[in-house]
Amino acid sequence: MMEWETVIGLEIHAQLATKSKIFSGASTAYGAEPNTQACTIDLGMPGVLPVLNREAVRMAAVFGLAIGAEIARRSVFARKNYFYPDLPKGYQISQYELPIVQKGQLTIDLDEGVSKVIGITRAHLEEDAGKSLHEDFQGLSGIDLNRAGTPLLEIVSEPDLRSAKEAVAYMKKLHQMVVYLGICDGNMQEGSFRCDANVSVRRKGDPKLGTRAEIKNLNSFRFVERAIEFEIERQIDLIEAGGKVVQETRLYDPDKGETRSMRGKEEANDYRYFPDPDLLPLVLDEEFIATTRASLPELPDTKKQRFISQYGLSSYDAGVLTTSRALSDYYEATVAALGGEPKLCANWVMGDLSAFLNKENREITASPVSPVQLAGLLRRIQDQTISGKIAKDVFEALWAGEGETDAIIEKRGLKQITDNSAIEKVIDDVIAANPEQLAQYRAGKDKLFAFFVGQVMKASKGKANPQQVNDLLAEKLKG
Amino acid sequence: MSLGPAEVAKIAHLARLAIREQDVPAYARNLSAILELVEQMNAVDTSGIIPLANPLDMAQRLRADDVIEADQRAHFQAIAPRVEAGLYLVPKVIE
Amino acid sequence: MHDKTIAQLSAGLAAGEFSSEELTRSLLERIEQFNPGLNAFITVTDDVALSQARAADERRRQGQAGPLTGVPIAQKDIFCTDGVRTSCGSRMLDRFIAPYNATVVEKLNAAGMVMLGKTNMDEFAMGSSNENSFYGPVRNPWDLDAVPGGSSGGSAAAVAARLTPAATGTDTGGSIRQPAALCGLTGIKPTYGRVSRWGMIAYASSLDQGGPLARSAEDCALLLGAMAGFDPRDSTSVDRPVPDYVAALDRPLTGLKIGLPKEYFGEGLDGAVARAVAAAIAEYRKLGATVLDISLPNTHLAIPAYYVIAPAECSSNLARFDGVRYGHRCDQPKDLLDLYTRSRAEGFGPEVTRRILVGTFALSAGYYDAYYLKAQQIRRLISNDFQQAFAQVDLIAGPTSPTVAFNLGEKVDDPITMYLSDIYTIAVNLAGLPGLSLPVGFVGQRPVGLQLIGHHFAEECLLNAAHRYQQITDWHTRTPPAFA
Repeated sequence: MMEWETVIGLEIHAQLATKSKIFSGASTAYGAEPNTQACTIDLGMPGVLPVLNREAVRMAAVFGLAIGAEIARRSVFARKNYFYPDLPKGYQISQYELPIVQKGQLTIDLDEGVSKVIGITRAHLEEDAGKSLHEDFQGLSGIDLNRAGTPLLEIVSEPDLRSAKEAVAYMKKLHQMVVYLGICDGNMQEGSFRCDANVSVRRKGDPKLGTRAEIKNLNSFRFVERAIEFEIERQIDLIEAGGKVVQETRLYDPDKGETRSMRGKEEANDYRYFPDPDLLPLVLDEEFIATTRASLPELPDTKKQRFISQYGLSSYDAGVLTTSRALSDYYEATVAALGGEPKLCANWVMGDLSAFLNKENREITASPVSPVQLAGLLRRIQDQTISGKIAKDVFEALWAGEGETDAIIEKRGLKQITDNSAIEKVIDDVIAANPEQLAQYRAGKDKLFAFFVGQVMKASKGKANPQQVNDLLAEKLKG
Repeated sequence: MSLGPAEVAKIAHLARLAIREQDVPAYARNLSAILELVEQMNAVDTSGIIPLANPLDMAQRLRADDVIEADQRAHFQAIAPRVEAGLYLVPKVIE
Repeated sequence: MHDKTIAQLSAGLAAGEFSSEELTRSLLERIEQFNPGLNAFITVTDDVALSQARAADERRRQGQAGPLTGVPIAQKDIFCTDGVRTSCGSRMLDRFIAPYNATVVEKLNAAGMVMLGKTNMDEFAMGSSNENSFYGPVRNPWDLDAVPGGSSGGSAAAVAARLTPAATGTDTGGSIRQPAALCGLTGIKPTYGRVSRWGMIAYASSLDQGGPLARSAEDCALLLGAMAGFDPRDSTSVDRPVPDYVAALDRPLTGLKIGLPKEYFGEGLDGAVARAVAAAIAEYRKLGATVLDISLPNTHLAIPAYYVIAPAECSSNLARFDGVRYGHRCDQPKDLLDLYTRSRAEGFGPEVTRRILVGTFALSAGYYDAYYLKAQQIRRLISNDFQQAFAQVDLIAGPTSPTVAFNLGEKVDDPITMYLSDIYTIAVNLAGLPGLSLPVGFVGQRPVGLQLIGHHFAEECLLNAAHRYQQITDWHTRTPPAFA
């Protein structure tokens, strides 16, 4: 068996989260009635002209700075000419020779703490096309141009990825990054983040790249993985059977789990790029770049390291808590409100809070329990007013909006019993009610200790301080 | 540079223009004459000359990210050759 | 009334000698009478005109009238006019009712001007004779056998025949100045970026510029003041105040330095045209100007560079005409490719087709550097020539066109000869400079134009120089006998 190496490069289109389009004042909101958000510019009416959206430029620069790239002081918009019904002007305004974001990099985490640096060749601004709908209109297609002119940042990686897994890890990291930076909503169902994959194979050790196929429009992590895996196998089978990979565009069919050639688009594309004469060179000065740099949030990787060193969290916990800015902000606000106990806070944010959010499919920004409220609850665990177990009930009540922690504890009588004599009384009752188990315990069946703890907790409705129960029970059971 | 009928047909396809067979030779002749005219440029050495794309040395102006366009679909589609359910209809797009 | 300039009409309206409605009606009657013979208008907008005229009269009653309020104008059919057919001289847009107004239209509306109609033009502004219109050729009012020039030929013929006191035009390689010259009018192509291109259907975006055609420099000054100005909807529009062009008209020309480029007076220039131009230069000496010989050494490269750049841009600009959202769509397309290729082939005439093909070729893989990039480098050389010239002189003067108006049909089968008639105007567009043509005589019954070229944003200087000349000569007041 010949050993094969896979070479993958990804082109990712991230829709920038601007309110209006890249070259017009029409809304970019998703889901409107067809063609109600397509103005004269988006429709390519005769005589209309594009004017560049400042926010799209800022967002592209934010991304570039976040991946350590050089921001072009002068970049140029070009026209990519081709005919397609969802492309109203017969050309797409994009950047070709001089993109706004130049060489950068992204570190991805692979299994077992191994990480790998992936090169980013460039990222450029361009406009999205509309949509062709193929529902049956007497055998015709319907064109909706609401999406036409939506700003995209096309992020092109170096061919540094060596497996479908790496490709997915890179795509996820990039997804996390653009959402974290607030420049893309990351909604893959709505097409806000999608991917084209360039895949080729070569024999291990061969310095020359194989012929690549481009798989278009992959809009989920799972599809990326499956499409690439299918494509790798297809190419290897093809070559091993004596065939040749042809350079072509392929489409992934999620139903069949395979890629197929897009014959229609394949005829020798000659895009006739040239600088768009309706737009002038985009010139960014040092002040703009300095201001943008200063506005950058702490980036996920840096924040993760800080969480490990500042809060003593594990790498895993720090990683989870820094997946989104909202989550890390929530976490840090909780720690600050509590004035310490970072691990307890981490456990609660990643545990009960996340579980409740997931169950109701809510964003953390829409959590009914605020960081201050959560900290209030944790304070009562900390000062032993309630046990961790009781706290779960209080949390549920907080979530349901039944009031603040102390009021809930008061109202429900959940206050922890820390009075030794009260606990002793419960223990005595339990021991008296279970003579058989007592005898067995004393005969050496140590495991029954847990039974007694359980009985005492049950009898106290969970309110007895567990540590005190342990201590007193051990004393009493000795006899 | 002189263009033959095959080249004219190729360019016409790129430009999505259906040129009748009988018109191709005349276009080939005219286009070749135009290219001959423009090739007078080749007499000049332009190495090192920075191309001039726009007559004024200006930078791109940026607009604020505001939604200022209202829905005018009915107005715009009144002049469309064929629409249905708010969509522009075209012969089936094959992907 | 029809023989008055805008300045005179403005005074008459202000004095209450006639109302805008009366003026408009009389011109609409003239259009009805004379347009069939000239074919200067594609669309006459009687209803719009009368309602705007009545609104202008009302505005005047309320004391809100400006100098252009109630004055009629014709719009070149390249400017989008909301609710009115905007054909661009093409079958492609024969039934295109524009859904919005060009900025130029908005601005003239805001000034209270009255739109009489939309004027004929070479299809998509590609041509120098107005013979490339889907609506047929326009005739020159000075000689009905002659072309009016192009591409703004309908505008020029309409003004020359006194069907309208003024019209808008656009100029990509001479399309305002050459028809102004051939029809005995004053027309100015402003500096690139001075007049908004929003709503002006693009031919070659880096060269196109709108401007007025009128009877005198004074009228052009009035109109340009209303048309020019920064437009946030056009990225290439320049944010710079519009000077008071009228106020600058009477400045003395003493000490003005006028350069005569030797390349504009060489082979190919008609002798009689050269004599008329020389006589005009002599008048400028009398007005106190100093005349210097200069050189624009790359002049011969302007046409070659233009016929790469303009077609390249047009091949892309005209890709939007695909039969999907507006414009001509072929019958019963059998598939998508058929829809595109047949709609476009049916919609575009031969000259537009030629230029799209040339441009597509020049941008195509393997040829881009040799053609497009090379042309942009030549464009730099041509621009540098002017920069150097303007270090020595204030204005450049020469013939607008190498000949007077040629006969209809004379050059129609020979595109190259037709292209060469723009030899003196094209370089000005490549460099983005302002250029003005004014009438300075006749050869037989056909007018001769003098071109004045200024540095960027020197429109004031051009209008001033033209106006002073018109104060001591009367060429601009001549009326074609058949339309007196």
